[in-house]
Amino acid sequence: MTTATSTPARPAPPGGPAPTTMAQAINRALRDAMAADDTVHVLGEDVGALGGVFRVTDGLTAEFGEERCTDTPLAEAGILGTAAGMAMYGLRPVVEMQFDAFAYPAFEQLVSHVARMRNRTRGSLPMPLTIRVPYGGGIGGVEHHSDSSEVYYMATPGLHVVTPATVADAYGMLRSAIASDDPVLFLEPKRLYWSKETIDLSSPPACEPLGRAVVRRAGTSATLISYGPSVSVCLEAAEAAREEGWELEVLDLRTLVPFDDETAAAAVRRTGRAVVVHEASGFAGPGAEIAARLTERCFHHLQAPVLRVTGFDIPYPPPMLEKHHLPGVDRVLDAVARLQWESDHTEGGAA
Amino acid sequence: MTVLEQTPGRDESGARPTPPTAGWRPRTDPAPLLPDETPFRLLGTGARLDKRRKELWRELYRGLVHGRRYNRQATALTRQGRLAVYPSSTGQEACEVAAALALAEQDWLFPSYRDTLAVVARGVDPVEALTLLRGDWHTGYDPRAVRVAPLSTPLATQLPHAVGLAHAARLRGDDVVALAMVGDGGTSEGDFHEALNFAAVWRAPVVFLVQNNGFAISVPLAKQTAAPSLAHKAVGYGVPGRLVDGNDAPAVHQVLGEAVAHARAGGGPTLVEALTYRVEAHTNADDATRYRTDEDVAPWLGHDPVALLEAELRNRRLLTDREADAIAEEAEAMAADLRGRMNTDPALDPEDLFAHVYAEPTTHLREQAAMLRGELAADAADDPDRADTPARRRATGRDDHADDHRQNHQERAA
Repeated sequence: MTTATSTPARPAPPGGPAPTTMAQAINRALRDAMAADDTVHVLGEDVGALGGVFRVTDGLTAEFGEERCTDTPLAEAGILGTAAGMAMYGLRPVVEMQFDAFAYPAFEQLVSHVARMRNRTRGSLPMPLTIRVPYGGGIGGVEHHSDSSEVYYMATPGLHVVTPATVADAYGMLRSAIASDDPVLFLEPKRLYWSKETIDLSSPPACEPLGRAVVRRAGTSATLISYGPSVSVCLEAAEAAREEGWELEVLDLRTLVPFDDETAAAAVRRTGRAVVVHEASGFAGPGAEIAARLTERCFHHLQAPVLRVTGFDIPYPPPMLEKHHLPGVDRVLDAVARLQWESDHTEGGAA
Repeated sequence: MTVLEQTPGRDESGARPTPPTAGWRPRTDPAPLLPDETPFRLLGTGARLDKRRKELWRELYRGLVHGRRYNRQATALTRQGRLAVYPSSTGQEACEVAAALALAEQDWLFPSYRDTLAVVARGVDPVEALTLLRGDWHTGYDPRAVRVAPLSTPLATQLPHAVGLAHAARLRGDDVVALAMVGDGGTSEGDFHEALNFAAVWRAPVVFLVQNNGFAISVPLAKQTAAPSLAHKAVGYGVPGRLVDGNDAPAVHQVLGEAVAHARAGGGPTLVEALTYRVEAHTNADDATRYRTDEDVAPWLGHDPVALLEAELRNRRLLTDREADAIAEEAEAMAADLRGRMNTDPALDPEDLFAHVYAEPTTHLREQAAMLRGELAADAADDPDRADTPARRRATGRDDHADDHRQNHQERAA
């Protein structure tokens, strides 16, 4: 994968697949899902003529009509509540929440109904709906445009919570999310919308199923565990760490719920050291759960406590200060350095 | 430019530019949306009845008598510890029964937590309608099979569901109307507003029935809203409002029936406010004497939905003593059956805790289910009387965490 860039995608050169942005891949996934299944309906704010504020729904209304891709009134609880009703009737709605922090008004519908409708009705009313949420910082967004809200969703049983880190995954995971018979929170890393890969979306590459973590970089010294926007930070850190003599493994979780204990624990058993990296605040954040699960499962393999590199425990800062808040390469390398190398008694890893 | 600056004549004088829209008048005429000036009534008005309506009124009466008895029985079951709680709709039976009877087979009902009676009147098994309040499972009936959404405890949140379902049905070309029930307190919730707005914009085939029973637990209507009436709230959304005497069952049925027909014909949503009264406390756990007096309640006891309809039917010679006795006996039999079935302990299966969280149980939940099975098996081993439980039969004794720890130790030893 490439790192984030604000350069817009260029048209396809003749004779080969074009560089595709994550936003384009998500758009293509929506289009293909709508073409394949006429119960798939997209609804949200500005998803019609405008094509969404990130242009992710560009062209869908033109192609499928306003009844399939619908500009709703500006009310997130109403959007998710009506989508739940549509799902009760057997449709497969894909809801767009315009920004992470704009999804909060829909919280009661999500927690009290969408997440538990299947359970409370013993399977009579499943909720096959996908909730797309652009999330995270790093795009210079002003207040209320950069939250990492994943932990709220992770703490709600009944939801799947997934987030792609690559363009190919953005396509494949969204197709899987829409096909799922459960509600899926599909968290789109805003700062990766313009990241590019050269893939041919007319024959998209196979994608690991939801629920599976993937090793993005092999390594033996320690495992960096991350997801979404922080995976590229970890890959960059792993490159830089080679100068220090560390070969870092990078694990892209892809799915936060259900958590892939098997792959994560196997990785940590291999290296004996782990750092969890995410933008969300650390206190009671996703890393707390991940570190606890790894400690329960891999205690006797660990050479050092599982460390966390996260956003500070503060409201998301103004854009001119966000660089101090977001976990960067240096902070990741500092954490790796604190993994008790002096007490090392395994093979591999630096002193 | 503000409305205040817009003084008559100034625009015409050319002193300032004409605003781009044609003035500040409403874009559509609100007059047709305004609710009835007085609550619509049929009882005591000498309305002429054809044969079909005579039958309907008798059917409504039968529903009210059954409903009153059901409420009384359910309240009694709370005293016997067979129901955790029961929010009674005594005094509101006309709304409950008329709502159910106003719908066609294929239509959907979206009840709030006080609407168990409407659910039963719709044809749901009386025991299945009570599992939420008995506490053995949240929704005891199959909503898809009976086209009744789960009883909604969070206020007004079921209203957007009704809008979405009705909208979806219309998109699929199906003839389905959704009727959503809410109370006066619920009209203060944001979801009430959003549901009305979405329904209006989408012209969804939905009928909103607000039972204004005077209280949101203890808070009276005057502290809930400053609107001229709850029915007037419809106008702001471009939806017609209707006001009806909620204790006049034929009137409620007629107004709801007209709204359902309007929705079915593609006319969009209607908001109906039914004026009624919660004769009993909020639930058996509430003490209504802290916020209202017997004198407050008395006038409503004199405007009782069951008594009103019975008197009218007898006046019109549409109900004989013998028929009334037969209906009362039927209701007694229903109550006895309910009592008998509610006095047996429900069959519980702890495996249900994990069965329907996801379409396929996750590894994580399978581990937790195995842990619970192990606990239950151990309990059963200690107490042979409980040995033959489903959990015991399924127990594998496997503990995934223990496996992991064993694996850890083996790997380290190797």
